[in-house]
Amino acid sequence: MKRRTLVKTGATAAFAAALGAPLRAQDGPMKVGFVYVGPINDGGWTQHHHHSAKEMVEHFGDAVELVYQESVPEGPDAERVMTQMCLQGCQIIFTTSFGFMDPTINVAAKFPDVVFEHATGYKTADNVSVYSARFYEGRAIQGHLAGRMTQSNKVGYIASVPIPEVVRGINSAFIHARKVNPDVEFKIIWIFEWLNPAKEADAAKALIEQGCDVVLQHTDSTAPHAAAKEAGGVYTFGQAADMAEFAPMPRISSIIDNWAPYYIDRVQAVMDGTWESVNTWQGIGEGMVGIGEISSAVPDDVKAEAEAMRDAIAAGEYHPFTGPLTDQSGTEFLAEGEVADDGLLAGMNFYVEGIEGDIPS
Amino acid sequence: MDLSSINPLLLLASLMVASTPILLAALGELVVERAGVLNLGVEGMMITGAACGIIFSTLTGNAWLGFAGAALGGLMLSFLFAVLTQVLLSNQVATGLALTLFGLGLSALLGQSFADARPPAFPKLDLPILSDLPVLGPVLFRHDGMVYIGLLLVVAVWYFLARTRAGLVLRAVGENHEAAHALGYRVVLIRFGAIMFGGACAGLGGAYISLVRVPQWTEGMTAGAGWIALAIVVFAGWKPLRLLLGAYLFGGVTVLQLNLQAAGLAIPVEYLSMSPYVATILVLVILAAGRAPGSLGKTFHASR
Repeated sequence: MKRRTLVKTGATAAFAAALGAPLRAQDGPMKVGFVYVGPINDGGWTQHHHHSAKEMVEHFGDAVELVYQESVPEGPDAERVMTQMCLQGCQIIFTTSFGFMDPTINVAAKFPDVVFEHATGYKTADNVSVYSARFYEGRAIQGHLAGRMTQSNKVGYIASVPIPEVVRGINSAFIHARKVNPDVEFKIIWIFEWLNPAKEADAAKALIEQGCDVVLQHTDSTAPHAAAKEAGGVYTFGQAADMAEFAPMPRISSIIDNWAPYYIDRVQAVMDGTWESVNTWQGIGEGMVGIGEISSAVPDDVKAEAEAMRDAIAAGEYHPFTGPLTDQSGTEFLAEGEVADDGLLAGMNFYVEGIEGDIPS
Repeated sequence: MDLSSINPLLLLASLMVASTPILLAALGELVVERAGVLNLGVEGMMITGAACGIIFSTLTGNAWLGFAGAALGGLMLSFLFAVLTQVLLSNQVATGLALTLFGLGLSALLGQSFADARPPAFPKLDLPILSDLPVLGPVLFRHDGMVYIGLLLVVAVWYFLARTRAGLVLRAVGENHEAAHALGYRVVLIRFGAIMFGGACAGLGGAYISLVRVPQWTEGMTAGAGWIALAIVVFAGWKPLRLLLGAYLFGGVTVLQLNLQAAGLAIPVEYLSMSPYVATILVLVILAAGRAPGSLGKTFHASR
């Protein structure tokens, strides 16, 4: 760093430089990059990342500049986009889909002065952090509601891409549905995409036609809600966003991703020069996972149970994966009273006992 | 596995809904290609139609006007293609690809403020006697109007190409544009007409996704349906009735594989996911594909 710049940017920069933080010579606002997998108005996952990003920008005002690219395919194209952001002078880049994991690691190796934050992955480096939310906590509540609300005892699940995060969600929902309703069964459809409204609609219709009266989704659009609304008498849950426009029916609750506090925290860390590579995994308690208003379609006693579970999870009194739990082959992987550790959860690639079918590999 | 949970009647009914977008788009492209023009911009025209459909139906509150707007949107985009390739003699392949990219961007721009829009409900056919027939009723007579328009269009296009003089002229232009020109036919004019018909059909197909099948607007929501439509035209050997078979087969296996997954069939999901493509290609190839129109994709100018 040149002396002139050092003087100009003042004490903050001097402080950061003293700590050896990756701060570039600059006068303007700090550039913060976001790489999105879908369009910013998808109504779900990407929309909420963008929403949180904008909250972060509001918090900092003119001190940061938001640079984002939407609908980036998971693959080599993502590397190109990230490289471009680095060359534009972004100091911190958030890559917000599991499939951006390897591209993030590759680009991070080429730009050691830029820090990266990858959502939902597990590979870290000196300048790459990972962050994710404990969505499975929300899935437990959905499973509970699904088990209570279903009349046909058939619950549909639109699964996206076969990675541990999605499998964990299915397991968590199933465990809690079975707990309150021993006759419940899950019908699972994998569509191998995060966002494809037409396919999601077709999948929802297929599930409803086969008698499911609750449809859970791990895909990003509101298409399944529209299908459920048309069919009538089918319950759905908002995914990533509240999707409140479909409340009180078919949407009876939702999992809301709230990334804003984390984004503010991390950008602040870069400004202060205190950023270091971390592995963050927060749930309902920390506020990263929000449970959307349980609608009036749910009876009061069921609603109270679900809210009690939410509060117990938030307070750390209850863990959705508490033994005894067995996998599909009947092997017990958690003994009575034992709680799953993060390693087990992060690598979960098996169904629990009672779910039929195989996970695509 | 519980195959009994699949209701064949509902399956057949949803097959028709899932196939209609591809059928409409492919039918338009078939006419375009029979006139000797290769328009690879189907995906772009479809997605533009999907966006225009949402915009027009939300603003007017009428789904039919939404479809009219979608046809207009697709038609205008294809007009651009026609001017570029027929008047300015640009390369059809490159222009078509550019049209797809342009359409994807344009639709994203147009649809931006309509992400939360809910299109008006599209009425389903409810005939007093026919809709209540025991088996045929739910399968055939309880759909929305566009399903039947798609089927009527197939018959109309078949009749036009195979049985009318105008259709013969259009095919002649596609087979050998120089000979057609020498006989005094207006090659460029006829192609303009065909291209715009193709654009309107693609627009309708796209709007069917955004107004009926999903129904809402999301960027890039056609998700490759335009490319499937293009492939089906080729595999159907440029014949309208085979095209109907191909589109229904593709839509049918797509719906079937989702149903089989839900029923827990013990076949790896990966095979089920690829099955629509494999089945469609296999059947249409076994039927022996037809020959491509002689002047397909070639640039025409009267001076040559």
